[in-house]
Amino acid sequence: MSRNEPPITPELVASHGLKPDEYERILKLLGRTPTFTELGIFSAMWNEHCSYKSSRIHLRGLPTKAPWVIQGPGENAGVIDIGDGQAVVFKMESHNHPSYIEPYQGATTGVGGILRDVFTMGARPIACLNALSFGDPSHPKTRHLVSGVVAGVGGYGNSFGVPTVGGQVRFHTRYDGNILVNAMAVGLADADKIFYAAASGVNMPIVYLGSKTGRDGIHGATMASAEFDDDSEEKRPTVQVGDPFAEKLLLEACLEIMAKGCVVAIQDMGAAGLTCSAVEMGAKGDLGVDLDLDSVPTRETGMSAYEMMLSESQERMLMVLKPEKEKEAEAIFRKWGLDFAIVGSTTPSRRFVVRHGGDVMADLPIKELESEAPLYDRPHVPSPQLPVIQAREVAPSLTTADALEKLLAMPELCSKRWVWEQYDHVIGGNTVQRPGGDAAVVRVEDGPKGLALTVDVTPRYCEADPFEGGKQAVAEAWRNITAVGGRPLAITDNLNFGNPERPENMGQFVGCLKGIAAACTALDFPVVSGNVSLYNETNGRGILPTPSIGGVGLLDDFTKSASLAFKAEGHPILLIGDTQGWLGQSVYLRDICRREEGAPPPVDLAAERRNGDVVRGMIHAGTATAVHDVSDGGLLVALAEMAMADGIGAVLDAAPAAIVPYAWWFGEDQARYIVTVHERDLLSVFTKLKAVNVPCIQIGLTGGHEIAIAGERAVDLKVLRRGFESWLPDYMAGKP
Amino acid sequence: MKSAVLVFPGINRERDMARALRLVSGREPAMVWHAETSLPEGTDLVVAPGGFSYGDYLRCGAIAARSPVMDAVRAFASDGGLVLGVCNGFQILCESGLLPGILMRNARLRFICHDVHLRVERSDTPFTRGYNAGQVIRVPVAHGEGNYAADEDTVRRLEGDGRVLYRYCSASGEIDDTHNINGAAQSIAGIINERGNVLGMMPHPENHVEDTMGCTDGRGLFAGLVAHLERAA
Repeated sequence: MSRNEPPITPELVASHGLKPDEYERILKLLGRTPTFTELGIFSAMWNEHCSYKSSRIHLRGLPTKAPWVIQGPGENAGVIDIGDGQAVVFKMESHNHPSYIEPYQGATTGVGGILRDVFTMGARPIACLNALSFGDPSHPKTRHLVSGVVAGVGGYGNSFGVPTVGGQVRFHTRYDGNILVNAMAVGLADADKIFYAAASGVNMPIVYLGSKTGRDGIHGATMASAEFDDDSEEKRPTVQVGDPFAEKLLLEACLEIMAKGCVVAIQDMGAAGLTCSAVEMGAKGDLGVDLDLDSVPTRETGMSAYEMMLSESQERMLMVLKPEKEKEAEAIFRKWGLDFAIVGSTTPSRRFVVRHGGDVMADLPIKELESEAPLYDRPHVPSPQLPVIQAREVAPSLTTADALEKLLAMPELCSKRWVWEQYDHVIGGNTVQRPGGDAAVVRVEDGPKGLALTVDVTPRYCEADPFEGGKQAVAEAWRNITAVGGRPLAITDNLNFGNPERPENMGQFVGCLKGIAAACTALDFPVVSGNVSLYNETNGRGILPTPSIGGVGLLDDFTKSASLAFKAEGHPILLIGDTQGWLGQSVYLRDICRREEGAPPPVDLAAERRNGDVVRGMIHAGTATAVHDVSDGGLLVALAEMAMADGIGAVLDAAPAAIVPYAWWFGEDQARYIVTVHERDLLSVFTKLKAVNVPCIQIGLTGGHEIAIAGERAVDLKVLRRGFESWLPDYMAGKP
Repeated sequence: MKSAVLVFPGINRERDMARALRLVSGREPAMVWHAETSLPEGTDLVVAPGGFSYGDYLRCGAIAARSPVMDAVRAFASDGGLVLGVCNGFQILCESGLLPGILMRNARLRFICHDVHLRVERSDTPFTRGYNAGQVIRVPVAHGEGNYAADEDTVRRLEGDGRVLYRYCSASGEIDDTHNINGAAQSIAGIINERGNVLGMMPHPENHVEDTMGCTDGRGLFAGLVAHLERAA
């Protein structure tokens, strides 16, 4: 049935990433040997990236429902209701392997892909965030990768025209050979005008939209489903090239045809391009799909069916059109200078038929391509329990003041301004709180509503105790949204782990997911979309388990959001939440004492909820003048960040006698916030918090131009800020 | 004030600009597609907004400058009509010959997005009458290619004629290399043409017009234009 295709050999099957038993599955399903094109289609549909074959069984344990959830996982992006007929559409996705091989293009196409996921559903993107994990700063490739990835993230978002409002940047030697680039996009849509992938109706035209198809990115998804080795550089041709201009046109054209009521179903071409999108539309709609590749707009001549089906050329969409709207839709696409071609139709057969040059190149059962994909319950072993570090047994090498100065000028905690100033974070005119705070706040159209957006995870906690680490990632996202006054609504998860075929890695995955599920349940913070990225491993060494959590919260009135900067002198500083002085896995223990050790801080989800609800209440009541959650680096680092933001210092009481000072100032106990209030509100706040059993003590007063702890050397804010702001620019400039 | 916002493919701050014009002038601007050959009847102000017209894969603004609608804009300007170009709009006005000079890559070769201070050099133009001469305003920049350059003669003439309206400066108004964010000649952030009816500037006053968003320093530019046109009418 096919011309000029190579014969199927065991080597060819193996080079498609299909295991012998998986190939057996194909033979059984078809009752014959697949054609070369069909083999390509199977490899695209059944790789880890597209089929979630190792993770599916565990993802089922995540809570995905709430009254405000319109669409949970399984579509292009999750959708939540924010009232007034408006919906927020969002998702986060990784582009790790391509970004390591070609950082600029890898990052741009990561951003482009996630934006497409959001506007495919009918939403106009209003914000992007990202979580970037790089190797140790001393690794020879790190500077090059930071430079390329940041330029790429900015290059795409800035040109497309979406503000990049927040994110995380970290450095750790475990990402030396495998960086992480996780991009999140958030869009706004009318709740009753959400578009889905499921086709409906027989003999409906299937239309190809957007850029032309080239030979770029063939087998990109398969690459993303294998470990790296020293020859990874040779995989550069599998990296796609992004064109933000084409995507901007595609956005405007898609929103226009959606508004005109032309669209029955729509699906972007992401991983595994035409194959995945066509199969998804048919399988979800319980219909067959007949594609004629002779009609596909191509960038180069002589492309085979195999190449067209597996190309990951960017900025393309597949759509089922209302037949009577064909002329109108085509005119809109022509106006934007984009390709528009009818490339097939829906059929009643439930077969996926691909024709090219008069031949049938593939004829496969469409539903089984998805439903019969392998499903593995891979062996997993729990991570060993690490001992709890006793603070008194840690020997501090520096004074509190010296340690603070040093920590703020180190990669983990230093300002990431060098990064986010390369992203246009004000376009749209709706950015209420810019990067650098707990969560970004973006106004919804002309207000009064606002969205609180954040991305969080603490990989060293996840490595030390996957369950507590998974809980902590969700709790911190919830806390960051709370700290600006938002009501946390839902999350998207981007689960980055090592090779799932190693039981220890699988154990980390299973543990983190259980932790995420527990926190989502306890905090009413369901998962509505996500992405799994496994095989983040080079030469057998895996990354730190990194389940990035993207959180979305709602503010009824964006003008009432809180920020972390101290607002005036003489405001009492309150510490809300319980402090034990937990040093295990703290930044202090690792970066000052050079011990990356111990059990991470446990997360008490009931305390998280109770403390957070109280803080949010104080923000809404207008009693909180500044709010910051306490996380990496502990109490003193959080205080310094609040002081540096607007140059108002703090006069602080000495650590309480029961806790050693370095554990008090740098311990990373969870569920804590720093809140400042007006002096006049102090008593009523204490009374209220006592009534609901929320621990709260006054630890000092705002004022001056220093961080002045009783009995310690006072630290000038200018000195702190110099170290805080200069580490990253100096590093990137190659200064020692 | 009846304004028209030009929409080239790849422009992305047209909605920000339309909102600022609506909020300050009380009138919704007309959005004019690049393929149009004329401007709406009675247009008082033409605005070329920010973005990446045609992806800016060639020189920034070079393709947009050759769009059909730009002939109408050139005719409008030569009749004395007011034209404002912001960011990519500034680049387009330079490329279309309405303003002298060009915008090069930022001196540090990176895209920059943050608030900057601008010194308003004079207040007796339609584009600055909402401010006092010497006033310092705070507005954001977001560009990769904002480094204004022209030959020495041109720069001398710009300075001699008082055609530099906005300059990058410190919070207290000092002009120095530290605050010249992109390496522009003479710290130039915005200039007018000889006739004084065409302004191009890199920063984004349209993003600082609302109290609730934290800063209204950009309002003066639009309010000044409204006042100028009302007086002319």
